[in-house]
Amino acid sequence: MSTNTAAAASRILESAERLRRGLDVAFRDQMIEAIYDDANAIAGRAIRRGRAAGPTWDEKLDRILTSRLWAFPIMLVGLALVFWITIVGANYPSQALAFVFFKFEDFAAGLFDSIGIPWWLTGFLWHGVYRGLAWVISVMLPPMAIFFPVFTILENLGYLPRVAFNMDWLFKRVGAHGKQALTMSMGFGCNAAGVIACRVIDSPRERLIAILTNNFVPCNGRFPTLIMLATIFVAAAFPPALASFAAAGSVVGVVLIGVFFTLVVSWLLSRTVLRGEASSFTLELPPYRRPNIGQILYTSIIDRTLFVLWRAILMAAPAGGAIWLLSNITVGGVSLTEWVSSVLDPLGQAIGLDGVILLAYIIAIPANEIVVPTIIMAYLGAGMMLELDSFAELQTLLIDQQGWTLLTAVCLMLFSLLHNPCSTTIWTMYKETGSKKWTALGALMPLAIAFVVCFAVAQTVRFLF
Amino acid sequence: MTTQRPKSLRRRPLPVIPPEAARTGLRQLGIDTTDWDYVVTLAGNPNTGKSTVFNQLTGLRQHVGNWPGKTVARAEGGFEFEGKKYKLVDLPGTYSLLSASTDEEIARDFILFGRPDCTIIVVDATVLERNLNLVLQILEITDRAVVCLNLMDEAQRKGIRVNHKTLAKDLGIPVIPTVARTGHGMPELLRVVAGVAAGRITTRPHRISAKGAAARSVEQLVEQIEAVYPGLPNARWVAMRLLEGDKRVEDAIRTGEIAELVAEQQLEPANAAHH
Repeated sequence: MSTNTAAAASRILESAERLRRGLDVAFRDQMIEAIYDDANAIAGRAIRRGRAAGPTWDEKLDRILTSRLWAFPIMLVGLALVFWITIVGANYPSQALAFVFFKFEDFAAGLFDSIGIPWWLTGFLWHGVYRGLAWVISVMLPPMAIFFPVFTILENLGYLPRVAFNMDWLFKRVGAHGKQALTMSMGFGCNAAGVIACRVIDSPRERLIAILTNNFVPCNGRFPTLIMLATIFVAAAFPPALASFAAAGSVVGVVLIGVFFTLVVSWLLSRTVLRGEASSFTLELPPYRRPNIGQILYTSIIDRTLFVLWRAILMAAPAGGAIWLLSNITVGGVSLTEWVSSVLDPLGQAIGLDGVILLAYIIAIPANEIVVPTIIMAYLGAGMMLELDSFAELQTLLIDQQGWTLLTAVCLMLFSLLHNPCSTTIWTMYKETGSKKWTALGALMPLAIAFVVCFAVAQTVRFLF
Repeated sequence: MTTQRPKSLRRRPLPVIPPEAARTGLRQLGIDTTDWDYVVTLAGNPNTGKSTVFNQLTGLRQHVGNWPGKTVARAEGGFEFEGKKYKLVDLPGTYSLLSASTDEEIARDFILFGRPDCTIIVVDATVLERNLNLVLQILEITDRAVVCLNLMDEAQRKGIRVNHKTLAKDLGIPVIPTVARTGHGMPELLRVVAGVAAGRITTRPHRISAKGAAARSVEQLVEQIEAVYPGLPNARWVAMRLLEGDKRVEDAIRTGEIAELVAEQQLEPANAAHH
């Protein structure tokens, strides 16, 4: 290429740049609009619809589900309904499971004692490992066994692409990809699965945004924490008839805060380290299908519920053992649990939590599911034989004995929503991005946000009241 | 969201050699793509029957000459029609050529830099409007294009009647209604493809009607581009891509790849006739 042409080429690029800056509406949007207008006009002239067949029922349904007025209220009500069914449905089975499991713990520990097995082995096995397992199963299994099938029904109906359709403009406005609504929805099940689902986004920039922000939708491992807190602290403030609705509503509120942070962080990323414009895409709304109930039960119980539960169990057993050891090994008359949590306590108090909760989050890095069981076991300590087979007793422990307030609950909900992803998700981020730098950002940025937000909330509330 | 070709192929019935096509002088050459006279490419939305058209013309039934990328596959085959040999390239199905996805880049780069002698745009007649978005974008890159208005039987069943003559007039390129599954319309399609490839049929492709400031910016840039690269067939499209900040096209300008397009153009005097 001659130098002449090269100079002319760079002049062309310069004027393109200048002209692009001169346009107030993005050129891309203007072109897409022009293309759609032309396509619409040409198709209108060429097509004659025979027998004035009115809109089919699914077209009518789509018109409502994606309408300006109804799309968002319907999504909110749907989300609230899913949580309400989960909360109401899981309450009784959870208590029943806990009752049976803890009765068995007493029985087995008593049996061990009576045949002369050393106290530390009994304690480690039954009050440590077994109790961790029992907690995880009774707290997690019922909500998951309800939440996953209900969510899968929505998925099979074909509702999720409509959600993506409705939320497209929000994501576009923050410089992210409209399909991020889909990957976000997958994150409700499991953030690691959500991160893998980001493969549907072609543009590397927007895919990274989706990966880095997936953590802000609470995964199934974190729902039990949210549901428990909503039940104990929020529902308790309402008359019994409204309690379950209040609990579901507050979980929806937490999810909305998560969506808010997803959008804000996406916006910040696309304005700073991942600068660029949102790319357009075509999302085909698949036909509505009648969900196959048998298949749904199979996939959601076998593939998801048991899969996630098994992972939690693998993590809970060693965590239960670790907590028991920490509570029973004493240095200078003080157990390691007390020692570590007292070191963490000032930091915890500053963000509305306490040292034990932070300790639980450190132990729960492999799996968020075990946060609540870890907190409770750490509170109960070594010798205490408190029966915790109902929410009422849990309430006594947390509020009366440990001094939790509504502020603690709110901060813990926020921390649970915003903090760093579990190690499985972090590892998946690394596999998907192939970059240590992005993985580190994906792990540390949410943690920093969680600390800042909880600190701000705690200090503001303490200042005001 | 992309459709995988192997699956859709398996579901479809084996292609029949349409007897009327055989009579009009089609010889399916399968994977033999040596010594071709013309390169023809197949573009279109996913699931419009591109693969069926490909199989009808080449006689291929499987994935021969298929290079799998991550999500992308480009298949090649050959056919002979009225004494000329054609290489047929099947592009990945896309909804547009505007985004940065791998599929769309492959399709766009082939139409732009591969300079096919004719692009067959396969269109689903039941959802014409959505398909036209892609047609309009392709027509900004190349004027050597033909619309294969496929799935006419399904459109009829749904009570949709498409007037292909009005459509052809609006788009400024030949439009052939087909039912690729049964081979209906294939002889006519072949005839216009041969005509466009040989330069016997001239087209006046529709131009996207940008408005206001956007239109003025395009005009200004086109003038500048044409002054530097006289004879560039798609200066308008290049201008639109530059205004959008398309890195690939910016690079093509910077490295002189665009200039090569002009050079190629001037080597083929037969093609220059309709610019």
